[in-house]
Amino acid sequence: MTTSNPVGSPMPAQQVLDREFLEVRARILKIAATLDRIDRSATPPADAERMDLIRQGLQILLSNAPDRARQVQMLFSLPYRTDWPQQLGVPLENRG
Amino acid sequence: MDYFDPHIHMVSRTTDDYATLARMGCVGMSEPAFWAGFDRGSAASFRDYFRQLTEFERSRAANYGIAHYTWLCINAKEAENVELSREVIAMIPEFLERSNVLGIGEIGLNKNTKNESIVFLEHLDLAAKFNELVLIHTPHLHDKYLGTRMILDMLVSDTRLQPHRVLVDHVEEHTIGEVLDRGFWAGMTLYPVSKCTPARAADMVEQFGTERLCVNSAGDWGPSQPTAVPNFIFEMRRRGHSEAIIRKIVYENPLAFFRQCRRFQFTPR
Repeated sequence: MTTSNPVGSPMPAQQVLDREFLEVRARILKIAATLDRIDRSATPPADAERMDLIRQGLQILLSNAPDRARQVQMLFSLPYRTDWPQQLGVPLENRG
Repeated sequence: MDYFDPHIHMVSRTTDDYATLARMGCVGMSEPAFWAGFDRGSAASFRDYFRQLTEFERSRAANYGIAHYTWLCINAKEAENVELSREVIAMIPEFLERSNVLGIGEIGLNKNTKNESIVFLEHLDLAAKFNELVLIHTPHLHDKYLGTRMILDMLVSDTRLQPHRVLVDHVEEHTIGEVLDRGFWAGMTLYPVSKCTPARAADMVEQFGTERLCVNSAGDWGPSQPTAVPNFIFEMRRRGHSEAIIRKIVYENPLAFFRQCRRFQFTPR
């Protein structure tokens, strides 16, 4: 993936943290309260597949990778297969 | 700062919004043809819509000193109806030489189906035959990555289309790199619910640079903010980015892309 000519962040890390800290705290609290609410709710249990996606998403946040936002996007995305034209019956050959 | 909003659905907005955008520095906008919130029943509905886009909205914008441009198509949500889509595509050439038409758009995929793909390919054929610019809609949420990759496959399969004449909209963190790597323009749509925030758009500028990159508001009939581009400008300034970098994204880049259209005329103030 290209990252050619990035302009970078002119704001020092501490300033970014100072600016974002309360918002990040509020968002973590919202997720925590949502998970508590799901646990308290009556049976049947919540969709295990989607609960697992949420857990995997939280694991990505705990990593030190530089592209956590992209990883979370990919986690919640349908997979791409190169043979989709054959699968759908959409011919792409001999065009143009 | 003067700016262009390259993707805003003004038919969904009030005249007060034109006044607000003018006060915030909007000097030009382009409005892609879009879904009305319900499926239209006939090609005649689209003829009236295209007149609204090429005549009425243009004059409404001009009252506030804003240059209004537009794109024509039948959108992906209505493309499941292939018969209707073909009637609309056959009608589009009637409108292509109107002076505020920039090209074919916003075409693309919504649920990544066979019929959507067929109609998308037929729009691309129209754009190639008439040498028109193309504006692309990519799907939202879990469909976005798959749909964007399918769209890129279809675009590169037609050798008549030049990547620098195609703008792929609604890119996010997982699709922007592929779009730019293949030589296309990319648009980041700022939207409070299902798309990108001004802060995440600023993050992508910091990671990917300013070449072939634009921001827009969508500003449609759903929960959206027509002032999203000024919000992005404000976010970039708060981070300490230069006026030159901001101006390139919100003014110079849209103009550079639009100037590839033979009909495009704009006089800076």
